[in-house]
Amino acid sequence: MGQRETFRGEFGMTISRRGMLAGAAAMPVLMRVQDALAQGVTPRRGGTLTMMLTPEPPVLQLGVNNQAPTIAAATKIFQGLVTFSPKLEPIPVLAKSWTISPDGREYTFRLQENVKWHDGKPFTADDVVFSITKFHMELAPRARSVFSLIDSATAPDPHTVRFTLKRPFEPFLLMLDASTAAMVPKHLFDGQDYRTAPAVQRPIGTGPFRFTEWQRGNFIRMDRFEEYWKPGQPYLDAIIYRIVPDSQSRRLALETGQALLSQGNDIEPFDVPQLRQRPNLEVQTTGWEYFSPLSWIETNHRVKPLDDARVRQAISRAIDRNFIAQRLWFGIGKPATGPFASSTRFYDPNVKLPGYDPRAAQQLLDAAGLKPNAQGVRFSVKHLVLPYGEIWSRLSEYLRQSLSRVGIALELESTDAGSWSRRIANWEYETSVTFVYQYGDPTLGVERTYVSSNIQKVNFANTGGYSNTKVDELFAKGRNAADAKERQAAFSEVQKILVEEVPQIWLMEMTFPTIHDRKVRNAVTTGLGVHASYDDVFLAS
Amino acid sequence: MDPTKLIGFLLRRGLKAAIVVLAIVVCNFLLVHAAPGDPASVIAGQSGAADPLFLEQLRKQFGLDQPLYVQLWVYLKSVLTLDLGFSHRQQMPVASLILDRLPATLLLTGAAFVFAIVTGVTLGALAARRVGRWADSLITIIALTFYATPLFWVGLMLVLLFSVWLEWLPSFGMSSVGVELHGMAAVLDVAKHLLLPALTLGLFYLAVYARLTRATMLEVADQDFVKTARAKGVPEGRILRAHVLRNALLPVITFAGIQAGQLIGGSILVETVFAWPGIGRLAFDALLARDYPVLLGVFFCTSVMVVLFNLVTDLLYAVVDPRVEVSG
Repeated sequence: MGQRETFRGEFGMTISRRGMLAGAAAMPVLMRVQDALAQGVTPRRGGTLTMMLTPEPPVLQLGVNNQAPTIAAATKIFQGLVTFSPKLEPIPVLAKSWTISPDGREYTFRLQENVKWHDGKPFTADDVVFSITKFHMELAPRARSVFSLIDSATAPDPHTVRFTLKRPFEPFLLMLDASTAAMVPKHLFDGQDYRTAPAVQRPIGTGPFRFTEWQRGNFIRMDRFEEYWKPGQPYLDAIIYRIVPDSQSRRLALETGQALLSQGNDIEPFDVPQLRQRPNLEVQTTGWEYFSPLSWIETNHRVKPLDDARVRQAISRAIDRNFIAQRLWFGIGKPATGPFASSTRFYDPNVKLPGYDPRAAQQLLDAAGLKPNAQGVRFSVKHLVLPYGEIWSRLSEYLRQSLSRVGIALELESTDAGSWSRRIANWEYETSVTFVYQYGDPTLGVERTYVSSNIQKVNFANTGGYSNTKVDELFAKGRNAADAKERQAAFSEVQKILVEEVPQIWLMEMTFPTIHDRKVRNAVTTGLGVHASYDDVFLAS
Repeated sequence: MDPTKLIGFLLRRGLKAAIVVLAIVVCNFLLVHAAPGDPASVIAGQSGAADPLFLEQLRKQFGLDQPLYVQLWVYLKSVLTLDLGFSHRQQMPVASLILDRLPATLLLTGAAFVFAIVTGVTLGALAARRVGRWADSLITIIALTFYATPLFWVGLMLVLLFSVWLEWLPSFGMSSVGVELHGMAAVLDVAKHLLLPALTLGLFYLAVYARLTRATMLEVADQDFVKTARAKGVPEGRILRAHVLRNALLPVITFAGIQAGQLIGGSILVETVFAWPGIGRLAFDALLARDYPVLLGVFFCTSVMVVLFNLVTDLLYAVVDPRVEVSG
């Protein structure tokens, strides 16, 4: 209970003491530099950081493309108004401070001065208004869903922006990181088709690194932006992303020092234990708090008997999540306890899924009237393996094995990314596995999977077809309440109901390993990890 | 060769080739579009969020909102003017995407091709000459081993040996990135990167050429005209070169023609293991992303190459063996 109070207190502060917010948020960053100094390491200028990027992004213009590798690389070029600490406290970036009106409808941002685009033009409040109300609004579904709440966006002076919302939207700030709403130059996009404008091929941002070269299939190169607004930064001369398509070759690249840092999907989890043994490498699994990806067995409620909550409960209890986290993922990530990842805001630690108990699973199936036949099979159900690498095939094989022990026959089907995505979106599946980003807040990343208004034939909607009017009401309450306490109450209640009905069978709070040479410093400092701007990363000598 | 006959031959073959390529284009187009999923759904599935408007916008941009026959007609019209279309996904013309990758692929497959043919035919001839002796057995065993071993495994083992243990050669890529190299140093750098993938790709074909050369040479060596030459007192070396090898080359040329046709397609496996930025990877990534224009563009180039090299092979037959006449 005590833990929960502290948690509430934190977000209470976010609302009640707005003036203090920006200053308080900057503290983790300052402390980090001091930590480094305490260790006798002063940031060193110079050097090239070679990383890897998998798979190769199609373009580097955020907004036009928001796939994971695009975000990882383009956040070195583009910046947002704010970013977030591992505890999801806002950290100023292009906005140096902000105030929120007491009714929670008006957000006023003071912008950094002396910020320049990579083409030399000054960054102003007009760019902010354009980026948010036009660019991302037209291009990106997630941005569109929130920025449509903006009633008016004005620029009272070149360094002030004011957004007035139609109604309070407490998680608004979370939408202003570069990964969601990167600031783009109005002068290069306004009046053009944003997707085909020339700037898409030669991205121009305000970030510490400017795009210089891209040999497709080979590497992407970015060089230090000499006129970057933070004096003396960035420390690196250049960043190079190598495109290495094979996971074993990527592992070799790290081992031989041909790449200094791997991220995201670069290294398969089962290769991580050996890499941990190497004295020159450091493995970090933090830096995913903002995205807080949660994986689950995606179940289609239109398929019998998956519409029966007892059957879903049984599946949930027949799976050993500790085994998955420890033996398949080698401790990268942890067992899910419910529909909210524990790093997501309003996670309620008191609500937990019942533990692993195959016997209880069998009783639940008996109660649902699913008796085993002569071969011990109660029912069979098809399972679409997630085509994102070897680890997901191993997971599905584990699921087949565990479920067969309680009499459920899982029939695995393999596919490729294109068909998988199409089939999930069109509800043409029985079960599958998926993982979904929660973006730090239930309204931004959790609600969409469970509310009946979002039962649509499109990816990341409520594709399972779960519907419960009480859940709909509670998510609406959590979305519209201006006060964090009120939101917590609604979300605690919704977690209780969802854990009872297990509309999707949550598996793991995921994270991805960032593995780097020990001389790379500050690789992971914020809640966005490798998606930070890297203006503070340096190579120790 | 009679020049008018040759021109007539080329014209007839050219017309046939054009029809074949056109048929291939139509088939490819239909096949590619028959695969489930489309570029919009791939992007939606990997963007962390989607809404119906998003999909609609993408499909409109990619031209996928048109009926299939309209898309096919548009594509055929542009291919006929040698315009390979535009990759909306990557915002670049397909021709420039392919041309960017072409040098890397030609370098890799060309090097592997030359290495395989020269070493393979030499080893095969050597084995035929020493048939039944230890050199023959050794060459046969080596050839059989490379013939039977999967490419990616050979590649990984070579990397393990030369990059990880000996640390002589880089394990992937086409050149050192991030260092400025000029002149000889740059050439040497690429050569170092090229060695392992070219070897990996070449070893299989080497085995094929060695076995083919040996077998046909032994067959030819038994024929009457060779016995006659020997009876006339022609030196053994000349018999092998002028009588046996020359006659044994026809099947080798046939096979080389097939391999040359695949030069552009490259080898997806080798390009993947060695992160070689070639056409094979481009096609594979395009397939996964359902980047139709790129995929069709690569198919088009590859089929043109195959048809072209078939023609060249037929002409080469006539050069090597004057008894063969061009007709078609």
